[in-house]
Order: sequence, then structure tokens, then C-alpha cells
Amino acid sequence: MIRVHLPAHLRTIAHIDGEVELDLAGVATQRAVLDALEERYPVLRGTIREHGTGKRRAFVRFFACEEDLSHAEPDAPLPAAVAAGAEPFLVMGAMAGG
Amino acid sequence: MSGVRVLVGTRKGAFVLTSDGRRADWEITGPHFPGWEIYHVKGSPAEPDRIYASQSTGWFGQLIQRSDDGGRNWQPVGNEFAYDGEPGTHQWYDGTPHPWEFARVWHLEPSMTDPDLVYAGVEDAALFRSNDAGTTWQELPGLRGHGSGPHWQPGAGGLCLHTIIQDPRDPNRLVIAISAAGAFRTDDGGKSWQAINRGLQSGQIPDPDAEVGHCVHHIARHPERPDVLYMQKHWDVMRSDDGGDSWYEISGDLPTDFGFAIDVHAHEPGTVYVVPITSDEHHFPPDGRLRVYRSRGADGEWEPLTTGLPQQNCYVNVLRDAMAVDSLDSCGVYFGTTGGQVYASADAGDTWAPIVRDLPAVLSVEVQTLP
Repeated sequence: MIRVHLPAHLRTIAHIDGEVELDLAGVATQRAVLDALEERYPVLRGTIREHGTGKRRAFVRFFACEEDLSHAEPDAPLPAAVAAGAEPFLVMGAMAGG
Repeated sequence: MSGVRVLVGTRKGAFVLTSDGRRADWEITGPHFPGWEIYHVKGSPAEPDRIYASQSTGWFGQLIQRSDDGGRNWQPVGNEFAYDGEPGTHQWYDGTPHPWEFARVWHLEPSMTDPDLVYAGVEDAALFRSNDAGTTWQELPGLRGHGSGPHWQPGAGGLCLHTIIQDPRDPNRLVIAISAAGAFRTDDGGKSWQAINRGLQSGQIPDPDAEVGHCVHHIARHPERPDVLYMQKHWDVMRSDDGGDSWYEISGDLPTDFGFAIDVHAHEPGTVYVVPITSDEHHFPPDGRLRVYRSRGADGEWEPLTTGLPQQNCYVNVLRDAMAVDSLDSCGVYFGTTGGQVYASADAGDTWAPIVRDLPAVLSVEVQTLP
């Protein structure tokens, strides 16, 4: 089970209270987590990753286990603690705007 | 008693202001979508309880929200605006080719007759259409396919398609405007387009007969005279009597002919309103006095409307989509400012009062006249 923590704006539009818990069949990667997240909450499509290219939006960041995973390969395995559900996968709005 | 619903988009959410036909007491709800930029909110003329809103942020991109109960409840609908085919390039600020990239929806224009049909004007400039109440969007690619497309260059606010005008006589005839490309018209439902900028003079471009490159800020028209168009250009207030085929200047005795907003009286097709702004360097009213100017059919003759508006120390702006009129017997005129005020006049502009003073910066104002 993967735990995903979303920023308040995205929880609001998806009507999510608290963390999202996802069960993945295969290896836990950024892409697999976000695919499963968008499958469950289609309204999030285009808000974390761009439509079409699937690239992370410029002002969205991915953190886990006190590491910034924003620039990690989308298909790289996530830390074991995230895959085990001990630590959440954090989707953050970047600090921007002064 | 009939009433009005004023739909306000701001930098930090949407607000719905409602009143009865007297327009003296107002109920204000919101912010809807707090914290998001709401570039535009507009109701369907065919089904007034259906309202569309453009919601975006630089962080999480674009959403389109739809209400089917007059703005009480909202649901996000489709947010994928994919350019048709290979997007190609337009000009960047430095004159180099730049790929078309979707940024946001500036303007939503619901059909006059079909509540499920709605147009979206987007940045980078393109026109999209939804036939299923916003669930899916398809580009009308003939516009970007206009031969001048690779030469379009953004204005300071981006390469935005901000104006969409329908023709009540013919749903296939649309006029749109892009900053800073100019105005275009289709007579075949968007398959082909012609630039309609003859007569526009823009000091920022060297060719006085340039087909494109004009920074059109907004266009308005009265439904009973669809061929008469009024334009607030970057500089100059312009008029066309032939659906945009040619334009002539009506700035006349305005204190400055720079501005953004323009609209037409609901019952007097020749009565036009603008809000003069000092210049493109000073985006605030001349002399710190907020004045709406009204022209009643005599081209070039404008009267200042000041009663109830601040006449000292006022340095707000009124943006292009932030003025609207209702169609009650005594035409109501409304506008919002970057200072967060929404002003209303229930007597066609003679007197004004703020409905609300302290909203976030107002991006758009639309009005629905309710039965």
C-alpha cells in the first residue's frame, strides 16, 4: 500500500480528506503511483503532470523520505519505505511567487 | 421580480453577486475556488443556471468548472486543451520562433442557443469548442492555420485569445480577437478565418497596412446590430460598420484612448462605454480619477460619468473582460477593478455605487439578467 499526500488545492478539487492509499500491482515508481492516482481521481489529470507529455508540471515537486525526488526518473523504484507504506509520497506545490 | 446575477472572476477565486431588479441590495457568495485565478465566468444564455468558469494556477494548471444550478454547486469538467496536430510555432518576444504552448483559458463563450456548446479562447492563442458541456474540447485549427499564424507575437499579457463574439443571425459566424495579433472572423463555423484589421493603426508596428500585429484589447457589439463592432485597441477606440471589414477611429475627445474594457448599452445599440486608462506605462486612470465615458451615438463625443466613482487618489485598472451590462428596463452597467471593487450603475451609468469593495483583483465581470 502506497500513501500519497497531496497539497490542499488538489485535495479540495478531488474531494480527498487526508492521505490517499493506493495498492499497486507492480514496482512502486513515480509513474505507477501517479497513474493509479489519476485513475482513481480523473480530475487530477493535468494538474500534477502535463496532459500529453506526462511531464511533471514546473511548480510541482515530489518529496519522500526527506529527499527531493522531483528530478528522479519516473520509472525508478521509489524508496522502500514508500513502497512499504511506512513513509508517504509527497506531492507539493513549489514555493514560488515571492 | 426579475433580477441580476453578476459573475466575478478574481485573482483568488470567483464570486457571485445577486440582486433583485432594483439592484440596490446585494447578496454575495464566494470565494468559489479560493486561491485559484479565475480568468472568466460566464452563464449560458440558453440555460441561465448553467455557468462555466475558467480556474487556473501556475502550480496546478487549468480546470474548467461547470455549475448547473446558478453557481451554488460546481463540478470540474474537461481540462485537456490539446492543439490539433503538430502545434508549430508563433513568434516569441524576441522575434524567434516559439512552439505553441497551452497556458490557460482566458475566455469562455457559451452558445446563444445550445447550453452544451461552449467556446474557449486560450493562451497561446487558439479557439476550442466543446459540444458536451465542457467534458471534452476540440480545437478549431483553422484559426492558427491562418497564414499569418507563425507571425503572431504575444502582448505583455501573453498570446491570448480573449474575445469571442457570436452572431445571432448565423452560428457559423464568429469574431475573435488576439493580443497582439488582431481580430479575425470566420463565416463557416471556424474552418477558415480572415484577418479583419483594415483601418487599425498601431504605432508599435512600422507597416501602417499590417494585416496582423495589432494589440486589440477587447471588442463589443449589440445583438440587434451584429455588423457594428466597437473595439478598445491598445491605443484608440475604433468602430466598424461592416462586421470588421474596415475600422475607423471614434476616440474623439476622450482624455486618453488607451484602455481595456468596452461594452454596449443593452437597449441603445449606439451607446458605448469605455474606461480610459492613462497609458500602457501607467495602468491607472488619468489624474487618479476613475471615470467611465459614454458615447451616445455621436462618434467621437464622450461624456464622463463620475457620480459615485472615486475622483481622487484612485489608481486601479479595469481589465478587458471586467465590464458588462444587464438588460433590465433601465440598463445596468457593471465593472470590476484591480483594486477589488465591483461598481454597479442601475441607470445606464448616470450614477454608480460599489457592490463590494475589497475582493481580490478583479479579472472579469459578466452579468445575467434573470426572469
